[in-house]
Amino acid sequence: MSNLKTLDHAAAAEIFIKDEARTDWHDDTLWFVRQKRDKAVHGIAEWEQLREWASQIKNHTLSNLDNYLTAFEQQAQANGIKIHWAADALEHNQLMHKILKENKISRIVKSKSMLTEECHLNDYLKKQGIEVVDTDLGERIVQLRDEAPSHIVLPAIHLKKQDVSETFHEHLQTEEGNNDPQYLTEAARQHLRDHFIQSELAITGVNFAIAETGGFVVCTNEGNADMGAHTAKIHVACMGIEKIIPKTEHLSVFLRLLARSATGQPITTYSSHFQKPRPGQEMHIIIVDNGRTKQLGRADFRNSLKCIRCAACFNTCPVYRRSGGHSYHTAVAGPIGSILNPNLDMKANADLPFASTLCGSCSNVCPVKIDIHEQLWKWRQVIVEEGYVKPEKKIAMKGMAWLFSHPRIYRWAGKSGRWFLRTMPFLGNNKLNVWYKQREMPEVPKQSFHDWYQQNKNK
Amino acid sequence: MKVGLFIPCYIDQFYPQVGIATYQLLKKLGCDVDYPENQTCCGQPMANSGFSALTGGCDKNFVANFDGYDYIVAPSGSCVLHIKEHLKDDKNPAKAQKIRNTIYELTEFLVDILKVEHLTSNFPHKVGFHTSCHGQRGLHLSSMTERVLPQFSKPEQLLQKVKGLQLSYPERKDECCGFGGTFCVFEEAVSVKMGKDRIEEHQKNEVDYITAGDVSCLMHLEGILKRQGSKVKAIHLAEILNHE
Repeated sequence: MSNLKTLDHAAAAEIFIKDEARTDWHDDTLWFVRQKRDKAVHGIAEWEQLREWASQIKNHTLSNLDNYLTAFEQQAQANGIKIHWAADALEHNQLMHKILKENKISRIVKSKSMLTEECHLNDYLKKQGIEVVDTDLGERIVQLRDEAPSHIVLPAIHLKKQDVSETFHEHLQTEEGNNDPQYLTEAARQHLRDHFIQSELAITGVNFAIAETGGFVVCTNEGNADMGAHTAKIHVACMGIEKIIPKTEHLSVFLRLLARSATGQPITTYSSHFQKPRPGQEMHIIIVDNGRTKQLGRADFRNSLKCIRCAACFNTCPVYRRSGGHSYHTAVAGPIGSILNPNLDMKANADLPFASTLCGSCSNVCPVKIDIHEQLWKWRQVIVEEGYVKPEKKIAMKGMAWLFSHPRIYRWAGKSGRWFLRTMPFLGNNKLNVWYKQREMPEVPKQSFHDWYQQNKNK
Repeated sequence: MKVGLFIPCYIDQFYPQVGIATYQLLKKLGCDVDYPENQTCCGQPMANSGFSALTGGCDKNFVANFDGYDYIVAPSGSCVLHIKEHLKDDKNPAKAQKIRNTIYELTEFLVDILKVEHLTSNFPHKVGFHTSCHGQRGLHLSSMTERVLPQFSKPEQLLQKVKGLQLSYPERKDECCGFGGTFCVFEEAVSVKMGKDRIEEHQKNEVDYITAGDVSCLMHLEGILKRQGSKVKAIHLAEILNHE
């Protein structure tokens, strides 16, 4: 999945929407999750206060990230955990490969890690002849289909049970046409159980790394992170540098926010605290930068690093719900992805900040108060300034800007009924008119407001 | 109280009746209203497309037209929000700042400044209210379903004073209609799908009209309604409040 982009967001979304019934289903499914979130948060009177605290803790941490990271490293090492630092995705993958090689490991299970998706670890290791088995149900389904997750919390949300049935029939030899979710889940369970038992190394993500203790917390519903970490002799946890929080007590804020925002649950089924390796076990943490310090240096975008990956902004986004995660052609899709990814590759992701109406719902649901829609607006300015925009768009915009700066010509052009047709690329009644494809044009009135006012102002 | 009437460019050109209704309504409510005749556009279409660097001419023209009023009022939350957030004048920063502080969207001006308690309007129809995002989430004209804060709605407060009007909301009370400025053409498929979904929910309520505080949302929804051959009409809130 290293090169996910074949089409830009608008083109991929157009294909997605062609199957309107399926689009409606996708939209309704995710809206249901948004409603569950609403129900959960409206039951917490101090919800807005919690968001504010979370935001401030994260802001503080980001401003003192170097100190907290070193403190975390020292504490974790004192607890017997081996710490590795990776500047980018490649170094992360190489470090992982090195651990595997040194320990002669070939059987690997993985759970709950979007970071390894971001680094394309599976692909990297596959090229070295090593297979990683994703153990979370949704993640395993998309892995069997050789697809990327379409959502950071619900990776297979773009698939129906029929699709899962077909995939399992092909790969796990389940009965053809048996779409019973319980039957399919049981098949996955048995299949994964074998992998867990045989696994030599378990990879997990990290939700929160606590500077004061050197421990870390992984939040899951299926419990696969625990199963992996408790059976394998080596546990490697991968985390971005922004996962740090200063103290254990801060978890009381974040754990209340995370699951409610994500799925409307009061808390995830498991909040697993890892402190030190058990006797005979090795525990590693790979701490990854991969563009994060660069983002930290961008004043307008640094607070995107507050993100705790709850995906509330995905579920509420009317564009995401109607275009699907794959149309964002990146590991992290949705509104948050659209403000994170231009930092990683501005040219390849120049379309993403425009895949939004700037409605602002994303910023409203964000549990750590990231001003997502304002950052989308700001990224648009950066992308245009850096020249990653189509020349025809630039010409149209320059034409409009000129016209609006010249009131007399604006009025003259309006009277002659031509200016919208000439300057706004979308308002002309012909085949090239994108507006007109599925919408009628506004009727052109006999006189403008300006002309009416001149005639009527003294009446 | 000297009020400068700001009529955004596409209302001036395509929906003069919304400008007329706004003007007449403000006059009726006793305001000294003036329409500065050299106004054009607030610059939002360029800025939201990433070309804020090109909005200097619009800014200059806006300040030249609207300097000196006690209040500036417009029947568009979106354009008002743009001015509030982005109007710049390097030569006269104080003038720009004053405009940013004294510009109001129509319904917030009626509720917060004029403190309107009675309206003489009459509109005996079933009306579905579309909540325009920039007015709501940007200007806070009403509470938002995402937030855990007290409920209120300035537009609803006014619509409830209209005789005969039956107000309804779509099931998803404050979901975006999909207009989104140039999004409506550069992301045409998603834009239209979002609009169709809003309309479907209003149609379930058997409305005669869909109203909103922003003409841009209505232009988009109207375009889809007409293509569908629907009997439902789009109408701006000012037209209802001014209807007798």
